[in-house]
Amino acid sequence: MTTRAALLVLADGRFPAGGHAHSGGAEPAVKAGRIRNAQDLADFCLGRLHTTGLTSAALAAAAAHGLDPLALDQAADVRTPSPALRAVGRKLGRQLMRAARSTWPSPELAALAAARPRGAHQPVVLGLTARAAGLEPEDAAHCVAYEAVSGPATAVVRLLSLDPFEATAVLARLAPALDRVAEEAAAAARDGIDALPAASAPLLDITAEAHAAWPVRLFAS
Amino acid sequence: MHLDHAHHGPAAVSADAARPDGTRRALRIGLGGPVGSGKTATVAALCRALRDRLSIAVVTNDIYTREDAAFLLRNAVLPPERIRAVETGACPHTAIRDDISANLEAVEDLEEAVGALDLILVESGGDNLTATFSKGLVDAQVFVIDVAGGDDIPRKGGPGVTTADLLVINKTDLAPYVGSDLGRMARDAAEQRGELPVVFTSLTSAEGVGPVADWVRAQLAAWAA
Repeated sequence: MTTRAALLVLADGRFPAGGHAHSGGAEPAVKAGRIRNAQDLADFCLGRLHTTGLTSAALAAAAAHGLDPLALDQAADVRTPSPALRAVGRKLGRQLMRAARSTWPSPELAALAAARPRGAHQPVVLGLTARAAGLEPEDAAHCVAYEAVSGPATAVVRLLSLDPFEATAVLARLAPALDRVAEEAAAAARDGIDALPAASAPLLDITAEAHAAWPVRLFAS
Repeated sequence: MHLDHAHHGPAAVSADAARPDGTRRALRIGLGGPVGSGKTATVAALCRALRDRLSIAVVTNDIYTREDAAFLLRNAVLPPERIRAVETGACPHTAIRDDISANLEAVEDLEEAVGALDLILVESGGDNLTATFSKGLVDAQVFVIDVAGGDDIPRKGGPGVTTADLLVINKTDLAPYVGSDLGRMARDAAEQRGELPVVFTSLTSAEGVGPVADWVRAQLAAWAA
């Protein structure tokens, strides 16, 4: 059975799971002058893809593979040094859980929602959602890897009034790298929780902490 | 209005009439409208008018700050634990219509934290004339415009003016100074809205919000029936 259309539904930026209010660290990077144009955005996205993106994609693939979601939730915690980002991960996980249970109800999603009423980490919920939708671990990894770069790209269009065609072209040029990261993440997930990658981006962690304390900001993170 | 909203789908995902413990949830009323029309002032006045008799909470959707929540806190219209601010990523209409997940979380968190509530007011960030609330989020919606924004706004229509359950035309005290014709606004609004109610308010006095408060009481009576 082919599930390609289900992947499109899950990966659609309009999937109502709260992502639109988050910039993936792009807002503080724009404010600090590290993102000023499409080339900067491409560099930012490439860095995010190979750090946070890879780690999150592997967690999602592992959840889609059927590994214990509660153990994965803990694995996500220990891979997220910033308390602000841990809170964001759980908040977005809770929002995704709501959408997922409406769209692809499953006993596994219900069990995780009951065990983590304040929200499990978003990539873990996404992996379980993919599983409920009949998708493969690599599909879940693709979805998360793509979100890792599409979120910042959309945010930068709003923050810098960047030409939306240029921003989308940045994403298109990242496609081969996205495929490789998703493949790597899915491969790691086959080897169990202890083998999951733990790549991190210290600057994203630091700026997320600072951003969380800004009194005026456009995005929640 | 969809006060008879059925909830046969997955539990606690959207506008279920009951909370997870089986008790009736609070009535949710959305307030939208253009920037500066007096949404926050209306919310504050409603809280003052109704808080002695009803258990109320407020969710604000600011565009880029927490100013509306801060205004309500500063004016002490409700205790701080009854006010939540949702961040909207520069898109208030997305958060109240297209992706309501953060707002649903906020209303549920309020009921969990404060206990049984009668009424939750969900205030949108200032937006344009097309912004409306999802029926998955609120039971009824109020659209607030003002006379100083131009007396042709009711004639222009748009989903907010045309379909809101209550249209509030605010700042009537300013009409003589800005040359707005209240009679024309009333006629145009009636033409756009048919039977749906329209009220005129001026919030410069404490009783000014009376017509809106009366409408809210009627909604509550229908909700509790």
